[in-house]
Amino acid sequence: MKAPSLSSWFGRGEVAAPADIESAALRSDKFRLEREGDWRRLEDIVQRMERGGLRRVDDAELLALPTLYRTAASSLSVARETSLDVATLNYLESLVQRAWFQVYGPRKGLFGWLREFFLGGWSRAVREIWLDICVAFFVMVAGTIVGWLLVEQDRDWYFRLVPTQFTDTRVPGATREQLLETLAVEESTGGLSAFAASLFSNNAGVAILAFALGFAFGVPSLLLLIYNLAVLGAMMWLFAGQGLGVEFAAWLSVHGTTELFAILLSGAAGMHIGRSMAFPGDKSVLQAAGESGRRGAIVMVGVVLMMVVAAMLEAFPRQLVGGTESRFIIGGSFLAFWLAYFFLYRPKRIGDER
Amino acid sequence: MNTITADTPNQAAPPVRKEMANKRERTLITPEGIAVPIVVASRGARIGALILDFVLLYVGLTIIITLLIWIAGGLFEQVVAGAEANVAGAGEFLFIVFVLLVFLARYGYFLIFELGPRGATLGKRAVGIRVAARDGGRLTPEAVIARNLLRDIELFMPLVFLMVAPSGEMGSFGYAGLAWLAVILAIPLLNKDALRAGDIIAGTWVVEAPRTKLADALSTQGAAKGTSDLTGARYDFGDAELAVYGERELQTLERVLRDDNADAISAVHETICRKIGWDPGAGDERAFLEAFYAQLRAKLESDMRFGKRKADKHS
Repeated sequence: MKAPSLSSWFGRGEVAAPADIESAALRSDKFRLEREGDWRRLEDIVQRMERGGLRRVDDAELLALPTLYRTAASSLSVARETSLDVATLNYLESLVQRAWFQVYGPRKGLFGWLREFFLGGWSRAVREIWLDICVAFFVMVAGTIVGWLLVEQDRDWYFRLVPTQFTDTRVPGATREQLLETLAVEESTGGLSAFAASLFSNNAGVAILAFALGFAFGVPSLLLLIYNLAVLGAMMWLFAGQGLGVEFAAWLSVHGTTELFAILLSGAAGMHIGRSMAFPGDKSVLQAAGESGRRGAIVMVGVVLMMVVAAMLEAFPRQLVGGTESRFIIGGSFLAFWLAYFFLYRPKRIGDER
Repeated sequence: MNTITADTPNQAAPPVRKEMANKRERTLITPEGIAVPIVVASRGARIGALILDFVLLYVGLTIIITLLIWIAGGLFEQVVAGAEANVAGAGEFLFIVFVLLVFLARYGYFLIFELGPRGATLGKRAVGIRVAARDGGRLTPEAVIARNLLRDIELFMPLVFLMVAPSGEMGSFGYAGLAWLAVILAIPLLNKDALRAGDIIAGTWVVEAPRTKLADALSTQGAAKGTSDLTGARYDFGDAELAVYGERELQTLERVLRDDNADAISAVHETICRKIGWDPGAGDERAFLEAFYAQLRAKLESDMRFGKRKADKHS
C-alpha cells in the first residue's frame, strides 16, 4: 500500500479494503464483497472524469474503464437475480448509469467539435436546409416590397414601421442633404467598438428569437422576417425618393450582406424545425423535431458568428469607408465569400466512426 | 444500438422500490444488454434547478458589474448614458466587456455547463439531475445548443409579455402572444417525460443522476454472523417462522437496520415477535433483527435461485 500522498486529498484516495469476505454469512454478500473493489475503483475513475474530463484520468485507468464498466454492468444483472440487498442494488444501478454516461459520453471535445464545424459541418447544415432558405429568401424579398408599397401609398406607414427616434432625420420630408448626411462617415473612431458590441448583442438576440419562434410551425419566424424587411423596404423608399437609392444600397451592403444573410439563415433554420414538425414524413414528430433542431442549432452557431462579423463591419468599415464603390466592394466580397463557403465548399465528412 | 423501452412492468425487478418515482421510471438498455433504470426528473426539481441557476447568474453578474463600476469609477455612468457618444477608451472597453458578458451569461452559461462531463448546470447538479439524449446515444453539442436556444421564447419572452400585455400597450397582439406563450409554457406539463420545447427539438430529456454511496454489507455485522455481541445469545428461526414475510418486508427491515433508530427498531422487533409467536424480550432488539434479517434474506435468496419469489407477506 502506498503512503498517503497529496493526491489523496483530491479524490484519488486509496480504495478502502472490503471486509473479510469469508465472514459474510450470505452468498450474495460474498458475491458483493468479492467485486466491491472493482466497483469502487470504477466509481473513483468515473468521479474524476465527471469532475474534470479526461485530463484527470491516466492512460492505464482509461484502458481499464470499459472493462470495469462491463464488470459492474454484469454484476448488476447477476445481483438482480440473486441478491435482495436493496442498498447494493441501488448503488450498482447508480454506478452503472454514471459509468454509462462517461463511457458513452461525448467523445469530441468542444475544440474538436468546432474544428468539425468550420471544416464542413456548418456549410453542410446550411445546404441541408436549402429549401427553407429559398422560402425565407422569397419571404424577405416580399417583405421588402410590401414595406415599399405600403409607404408609397400612405406615408403614415413609415412611422408605424420604422422605430424612429425624436432626433432621427431619416423621416419622410427630409431633404436630400439631411439624408446624405446619415450615410456619411464618422470623423472619429471613438465609441464605435461599443456600438459594435451592442449591435452584436441586439442582432444576435433577434436572430435567436427568429430561430426559436420556428417551434410554432415556423409561422412567427416568417412574420418576424416580413416585419424586419418591411422596415428596410420603407427606408429604401425614403432614400430612393431623393435619388439616393444607390448610395443607400452601398451604405447598407457593407454589413447588410452579412447581417441579412445571417437573419435569412436563422429564419430558415427556425422554419426548418416548424416545417419538419408539421410534415414529419415517415418519422415520428419527436424524431423529426429532434433531427431538424440539431441541424438548426449548427446553423445558429454560425449565425451568431456571422453577427459578430456583421457588427464589426457595421461599426468600423461602414462608418469609416466613404466611397460608394468601395462600400459595394466590401459588401459584395463578403457576400461572395459566404456563398462560396456555404455552397462551393464541400469537403468530405470527417468520419464520426473511426 | 441503444433502446429505451416504455414503462413496462418488469417481473424480475424488485417489487417495491421508489414507489413515488414509478410513474417516472424508464428503462434504458445498454449495448451490453443491461437494463439501466432511468428516472425522469420531476418538474419540481427542474424548476428548482432553474431558479438556483438564475440566482447564481444574477449574483455572479451583480458581483462582476459592481467590480466593473468600481474599476471604472465615475466613468461608467457616462458610458451607459451615451453608448454612441464619444467615450474614453477605457470606459468603452468596459462597456464592451459588460455587453458581451450579459450576452454570454444569457446564452453561454447553460451551454458550457451542459456540455461538460456532468451534463448539468450548477443548479441541476445541486438537485441531482442531468441532461441526456433521449435515444440513449451521445449528448451532442448541437443538441445542447438547440435546447438552450429555445430558452428565449420559453422564459424571457413570456416574462416580457406578462409585463407588457396587461398595460394594453401592444393591444390584442400582446394578448395573442401571451396566450401562445402560455401554450409553450404548458408543454412540459402535458407530456409524461416532462419535455420542454427545447427538449423536443433537441432530442434530449432531463433525468435524475443519483450518486449513491455503497453502504456496508449488513450480513457481515453483529448478530447476522451468528451470536449477539451484547448477550451472546444465538437466534435461530425455523422455516415456518421465516415463511411469514416476503421481499417487501425484508426491504423495510433493511431500511430500519440501516437507519438505526432505536424507537423504530424496538417497534419492528415487537411486531415481528408477535407475528412469529415469540415472547418479545428487551435489550437485545438490534441483534434479534440482524439475525432475523440475515436468515430471512438467506431463505428468500435461496428460493430465488430456484426461481421462487415471494413479493410480500400476502403472496
